Amino acid sequence: MARPSALRHRGFLTGVAFVGVFATVSVLAPALAPYDPTALAGATTLARPSVAHPLGTDALGRDLLSRVLWAGRVSLAVGLGVEILAALIGCAIGMLAGYYGGAVDALLMRTTDVVMAFPSLVLAIGLIAVFERPGLDKVVIVLVALGWTTIARVMRGAVLSLKAREHVQAARALGAGDVTIMVRHLFPNALGPLLVAATIGVGSNMVAEAGLSFLGLGAQSPTLSWGAMLADGQTFLVTAWWVAVFPGAALLLAVLGVNLLGDGLRDLLDPRFRE
Amino acid sequence: MLGDLGRPLAGRLLALVPVLFGITLLVFILNAVALGDPARAAMGQRADPEALERMRREYALDRPLPVQYVTWMGRVLRGDLGQSFREQRPVTEVIIERLPATIRLAVAATLISIVLGVAMGALAAVRPGSTLDHALMGAAVLGISTPVFWLGMMLSLVFAVNLGWLPVSGYGGGDPRYLVLPAFALGALHTGTVARMTRSSLLEVVRQDYMQTARAKGLSEPLVLAKHAFRNALIPIVTVIGIGLADLLVGAPLTETVFAWPGVGRLLVAAVSQRDLPVVMGAVMVFALVYVLGNLAVDLAYLVIDPRTRRGAS
Repeated sequence: MARPSALRHRGFLTGVAFVGVFATVSVLAPALAPYDPTALAGATTLARPSVAHPLGTDALGRDLLSRVLWAGRVSLAVGLGVEILAALIGCAIGMLAGYYGGAVDALLMRTTDVVMAFPSLVLAIGLIAVFERPGLDKVVIVLVALGWTTIARVMRGAVLSLKAREHVQAARALGAGDVTIMVRHLFPNALGPLLVAATIGVGSNMVAEAGLSFLGLGAQSPTLSWGAMLADGQTFLVTAWWVAVFPGAALLLAVLGVNLLGDGLRDLLDPRFRE
Repeated sequence: MLGDLGRPLAGRLLALVPVLFGITLLVFILNAVALGDPARAAMGQRADPEALERMRREYALDRPLPVQYVTWMGRVLRGDLGQSFREQRPVTEVIIERLPATIRLAVAATLISIVLGVAMGALAAVRPGSTLDHALMGAAVLGISTPVFWLGMMLSLVFAVNLGWLPVSGYGGGDPRYLVLPAFALGALHTGTVARMTRSSLLEVVRQDYMQTARAKGLSEPLVLAKHAFRNALIPIVTVIGIGLADLLVGAPLTETVFAWPGVGRLLVAAVSQRDLPVVMGAVMVFALVYVLGNLAVDLAYLVIDPRTRRGAS
């Protein structure tokens, strides 16, 4: 079966476009935002969308468009940052478990099982409760602490199937050390599935951050977050729909883009999913 | 044919032991870290020193941590999860009170996601690659990507605030009209997953050789589908119900908060804000147990449906 071309994969291209727009807008938010996202002065509270405020204003009279743009930076930074840290931990754990096997493998994988035995957001809420007061920094810590499991399993699986391959055996026969084999021969060959898992992970991190912030257990004012904005939206749902609609729509589009990108990558990189 | 179930069944149950041990150990550690001095946390800063001492002895708090864990575990096994700081009554009682609402919501959401998801997936599988297929699978990705709490708010905005067909939020003393919006919100995420899985497993099954054989034998098409396709398509569908359990448990705290639904999820969220730690840890553990036992049920369903899984000890 021919390798499908990335340029003809509709879902992948849509994902690339969405993520591209999301990333560009987040990076350029300071230049794009028409107002200071925290400035209260000069505007009516809960103003309907208008020319001056295309997405309206919130309960304190702050410009929603500016806030949605700035909060996108937070969402992207948390989604990506958490995933990078979690992937490092997951790769290390999966690599050690798969490479050494035996007791190391059993201990690490049983630990992974236990973390995965909790519904993720519920354990995240439980971990947040350990801290005296909530905040975005705690969200990052908690999501990293829980986010490495899938990557670890993917890495372990890849290592198990790779380490019996000839080129790895050859490297060992030539006297390559454990670390060399892991870094030079195993890791690069596992990159495909890892990239897929990490991309999907970025999307779940973004949703988890928004969810925790929505519940009041994440970003606290004045830190901007789509989730925290949606908590306001919930309060004013009956009187001011725009406060609830726009931050959520932004979150949806960003997550949708990341998920399409992840699905597309899986189709393109993982032979089992080629149609 | 079910006679050879005994050994694999025992295997599954045995594999559960380290996981259950791990779950309780993790909750115990969280509890210990969060509370600092549990006796003082429970009795307050002004507590009588003698009463504190008595409590420490009763809960083995003056002993090493492993002893504390065993003592605590003994209580948990007897259904004692401690006292709620805020309500001054047993955590178990507080949680059990909230369980029926959560179960009602979860069952309704599951039914919605299975009925809608299987219908969408089957329709999409009729003509793969068609516009209908693309539209349905697009809707599925959209459902998977929509944050459950935002979807809840949007459903509420359209059907409650604007159209006035259904109540905005609340439990309504069990009035089914109050259940509709939260159940759809919670079910939507999973509907997408069910639809995708149904589509791909149906497409997979109809391609198999035994389907050709069955047709070649002269069996009628409905009989082929019923006898051969369905049983084999059932395996992934059971998997998907298992995955759905995770979605339900993760979505419950959010959905229940949006709709002011008096379930365990909202209890958990409120308990974190009020720093009622015994309730937090109790609820976290109940969620984990439901999840683990649910997955066990899925495993057992496999054993019944798919004889191949009875071989192999894992």
